[in-house]
Amino acid sequence: MILHQQPPQGMHERFRGDHPIVVEGLVNRFGDFTVHEDLSLTVNRGEILGVVGGSGSGKSVLMRSIIGLQKPAAGEIEVFGQSSTDANPAEEIGMRSRWGVLFQGGALFSTLTVGENIEVPLKQFYPEIGGKLRREIARYKVMLSGLPDEAVNKYPSELSGGMRKRAGLARALALDPELLFLDEPTAGLDPIGAAKFDSLTRELKQTLGLTVFLITHDLDTLYEICDRVAVIADRRIIAVGTIPELIETDHPWIDEYFNGPRGRAARASMERARK
Amino acid sequence: MSEFAQFSVEEDGGSGAILVLSGPWLLSTIRDVDQRLASIDGPIARIDLAAISEIDTVGAWLACRLTRQHGAQVTGASARAQRLLKAVEHCESEHEFEPPVEPFWLRVPRRMGILVGKGWQGAFGVLGFLGEILVAIATLVRHPSRFRVKALIRQFELVGVEALPIIGLMSFLIGIVIAQQGAVQLEQFGAEALTVNLVGRITLRELGVLMTAIMVAGRSGSAFAAQIGTMKLTEEVDAMRTIGISPVEALVIPRILACTFMMLLLGFYASVVAIVGGAVVGDLLLGIPFWTFLERIKEVVPVHDLWVGLIKAPVFGLIVALAGCYHGMQVKGNSEQVGLRTTMAVVSAIFAVIVLDAFFAVFFTEVGWG
Repeated sequence: MILHQQPPQGMHERFRGDHPIVVEGLVNRFGDFTVHEDLSLTVNRGEILGVVGGSGSGKSVLMRSIIGLQKPAAGEIEVFGQSSTDANPAEEIGMRSRWGVLFQGGALFSTLTVGENIEVPLKQFYPEIGGKLRREIARYKVMLSGLPDEAVNKYPSELSGGMRKRAGLARALALDPELLFLDEPTAGLDPIGAAKFDSLTRELKQTLGLTVFLITHDLDTLYEICDRVAVIADRRIIAVGTIPELIETDHPWIDEYFNGPRGRAARASMERARK
Repeated sequence: MSEFAQFSVEEDGGSGAILVLSGPWLLSTIRDVDQRLASIDGPIARIDLAAISEIDTVGAWLACRLTRQHGAQVTGASARAQRLLKAVEHCESEHEFEPPVEPFWLRVPRRMGILVGKGWQGAFGVLGFLGEILVAIATLVRHPSRFRVKALIRQFELVGVEALPIIGLMSFLIGIVIAQQGAVQLEQFGAEALTVNLVGRITLRELGVLMTAIMVAGRSGSAFAAQIGTMKLTEEVDAMRTIGISPVEALVIPRILACTFMMLLLGFYASVVAIVGGAVVGDLLLGIPFWTFLERIKEVVPVHDLWVGLIKAPVFGLIVALAGCYHGMQVKGNSEQVGLRTTMAVVSAIFAVIVLDAFFAVFFTEVGWG
């Protein structure tokens, strides 16, 4: 059991290197089916990296490999300069306390209130913090995530889809992570809610100094908030860069993605907004 | 030593005290600072953040709370600290985090009322469910082509065939225990030979069917509740309704039929295996040859004992299936409900089976099948 184990000392220093995530030669297989073959990716500190790719191209599997939920068949994954593939349990716990994950459906514990959901990681990692402070932390995290304060006492089933995403984000931020993983945060939100979520992500990144690994299908999100975009196709990352750089590459899939009708519309709306 | 969050109070002439925070003010290094901060007696005029090596939102929140408590000014904040302070400043709330706890003299009657109300609702729910089943049966009688033969056969397999090994083993062991324990007691009267009567009558009449019903409730009744409950959660049941398939016809009827019919066969099978178990003990411990034991069963067990068992078995099967399907259909909201309803399905099924068994025992004795 990893209950109430302390992260090793010295882990509270913020990561000063340039690349919080470095993936080298990653291979993932499910039986005979190869999801990733020799996939490499480097994430810069302080950026929002968008990850795009067709359905089933292995975006979520990549995220699960980085956060240690999926054991890769081969390859090296370094998070905060430490290899996550052969970390010992104590190191792994230390790393886990430094990242937050928002799963696609929010993955809130349905039998706990939103506040209790946020307290779970706090209790798990820092049992020495008093109950009063813990509840205060939960409350301001809820409000930082743009929810009204009374949402703290609500159960996930009482929240709308957009509020549930925000509550999930609040739980992901519970431990003040340096690294935030978002799996399709705007999927299933109405355009207004999605735009608000985008600006929230950007705001939080700036105030909290986060590095964000963001899986998305939402072209508006890519144009609005992503510093760079990584494209997964043919089982590897075929290109990483800003959107203009990607369009230059002339890869047929990338071309179709950004110059298709939806891609053009998103770009036009962004250009209008810039003016 | 700056491994943990530190603070000290310094006097500064006339303008009041300065609270100097130092070290890392992070979630991981805060420890019990919160409690220790509460013991400072004010007034604090300034809070100096210049010596802080690291800060996150928790540190900022504590600093922000101090400024509110003492009306103090923040000085020496780094750019990052200022950003964080600004972000958490807006997160004050007058709302209590936890809803006020109800006093116990109000809570008990309220809970009681809810229980009674739920009891009524439950009774109506069961009635409504039975009605739905009757309607579905009537529809199926009129449109036999809508009957799901494949689903029924699949349930036959799941409830019946796959239960054979475990029910066989259980019954065999029960037969052995009854014969062996019975023989020990009957020996005191020199009546070991009556072990045959004991094993034959008790297994055919009571235990074969009862134990099988309990096993089926645990194996299949729980599975019905969990399957249907999960399908409710994933909206599969709603999807069926929109396509025009009645969930009762598609999910409940095949399970009820399969469970009722299979209980009949399983109950009989269990009794037979238990008698075989008894015969083995007879052969090994009592010196009654195996085949003689079985011959004697024919002579000493009245045939109505078999009928009693065979009448009870399908009724028990029906109850187990009804409880499982009913509780499955009642699942709403979250995954906890699935577990809760599964437990309720098994407990209520076993309870109902035992109560009915007592009723049957009296009834059959009264009608002369004693």
